[in-house]
Amino acid sequence: MKTLVYIDHFKGEVQPASWEAIGVARNWGTVQAVILGASGEKLVKQAYEYGADEVFFCDDSNLDDYRADLFASTLGALATAQSPDVILFPTTTRGRELAAILAVDLNSGVLADVTALELEGTLLVATRPIYEGKLFEKVVCLGRPQIATLRPRAFPRPSRDESRNGSAIRIEKQGESAVQVEGYAVSESRVSLTDAGVIVAGGRGVTNNPAMAGADEATIARKGFELIGELASVLGGAVGASRAVVDAGYIPYSHQVGQTGKTVAPDLYIACGISGAIQHISGIRGAKLVVAINKDPEAPIFKVARYGVVGDLFQVVPALTEAFRKRLSK
Amino acid sequence: MKIVTCIKQVPDTEAKISLENGKVQWGDSPLVINPFDEYAVEAALQQKDKHGATVVAICIGPDSAREALKHALAMGADEAILISDAALENLDAQGAAQVLAAAIRKIGDADLVIFGRQSIDSGTGLTPAQIARRLGWPLLSLAGSIELNNGRVRVERVIEEGRQIVSAALPAVLSVVQSIGEPRYPSFMGIRRASRATIPTWSLADLGISAPTPLVEQRAMFAPPSREQPCEFIQGETVTEIAEKLVEKILAEKVL
Repeated sequence: MKTLVYIDHFKGEVQPASWEAIGVARNWGTVQAVILGASGEKLVKQAYEYGADEVFFCDDSNLDDYRADLFASTLGALATAQSPDVILFPTTTRGRELAAILAVDLNSGVLADVTALELEGTLLVATRPIYEGKLFEKVVCLGRPQIATLRPRAFPRPSRDESRNGSAIRIEKQGESAVQVEGYAVSESRVSLTDAGVIVAGGRGVTNNPAMAGADEATIARKGFELIGELASVLGGAVGASRAVVDAGYIPYSHQVGQTGKTVAPDLYIACGISGAIQHISGIRGAKLVVAINKDPEAPIFKVARYGVVGDLFQVVPALTEAFRKRLSK
Repeated sequence: MKIVTCIKQVPDTEAKISLENGKVQWGDSPLVINPFDEYAVEAALQQKDKHGATVVAICIGPDSAREALKHALAMGADEAILISDAALENLDAQGAAQVLAAAIRKIGDADLVIFGRQSIDSGTGLTPAQIARRLGWPLLSLAGSIELNNGRVRVERVIEEGRQIVSAALPAVLSVVQSIGEPRYPSFMGIRRASRATIPTWSLADLGISAPTPLVEQRAMFAPPSREQPCEFIQGETVTEIAEKLVEKILAEKVL
């Protein structure tokens, strides 16, 4: 069985779920990886190290900036030439839409945002969340090749073997793009919540600190997120936020977890001062362990948490940071 | 200018979803316009406010989906069309894209087609890109802001790494994210207008297409395993003691 894996990267920085896709495909047989765009060539060795058997790349300057139409056409030509049984993408902003377009071009279906896979012969039976994770469905693709996008962190990261290497097989770009890239505004703080192993997130509770009575809400929130950031940093994690504090402008949208923000699947999610609206909960269903700190013992977040502390995050979070620091330095 | 927004009707976010005899149940919860699609309608109305436009909302669904279309009308959309056909049950993303692309062609002269990011029921998020490809129009996905100028559309795409600023000539297909701005509430006048509006129904025959061939087949649905343990509240004399106890508990879970 032959699988083609799309390695999703931005200017040479790979979305790690791409490696997870290689890890999945390795269990089935031959793995071909494809890397498009600027800095792609320097990722070829890494793709071999994670387990690819063959790595294609295209460094045509037209692909320097991601554009869905052009990238999909180039991928489509490769897929037609190589005729893989399966094409895998990470479920990233790019991976999702490339899979969608490729499915139109190849007249196949997409198993989107898959969290588990079984194999029946060469048929993929995919499990994926529906109704925002309130249910799951098992689906199969009736077209060929079978196309799937894999949810970040749903599959293990394969081990990396630095002795593996191979040749970089150059391919040509295909088609043109109707889209012009005018530039980038890189986010104020580069957070990768979907790939984070640990997330410490703040909610409306960050605006409520009796010890800072008289200070304006923004100042209190800044202090709150500073404390949350320190805990995240001791744990090597990322900072998340509920919608309330994003809407209030206390932290950029890129940090937002939940229905209108990001769906995350960390090993540990520490919710600080987050009440736990259903829209927030739907974003953290994939978390392995949820810990909640909230003043209100009735807050719905405690219904999904394994451990809870009823208390003031402005006291509990720094104490937790200190306790982790002590314990982890041992 | 003509702007088409594609919306879907889904069970409310707050609904308790369960399975009964293999069918999805949502109890007494209402069916509502997909929350992400409200942003699509809002985005269309923002452009209408700025440049003047006819906003047409379209929806694939059973007769009950008229309510979602009425919501779009009440927000300020000018026209609504329901696409309904017995052959459209259990439509997959590709099928929906085929049907909606045919409807957009039939409506004609659309300058912009605007989608929400994804639906909260099936949640594949595939359809906007598939429609753009089928129509052969540029795709500007995950737009956090939209500017129209001289027959071109310019958007800031919200991506993992920040924002990518892209532009293309009209007509184009867009999907939008929350940064576009909060959806407006239906006005009293809007609600009255919506309740009186006639919403035509188009069948596959009206669209001149046959039922799409399924490309993804559902084999089963199941509820996620329920959480076995209730929340354990960590208590102590001092906050330091609580923190230390909690750290031990977390480390014992061996997730780090």
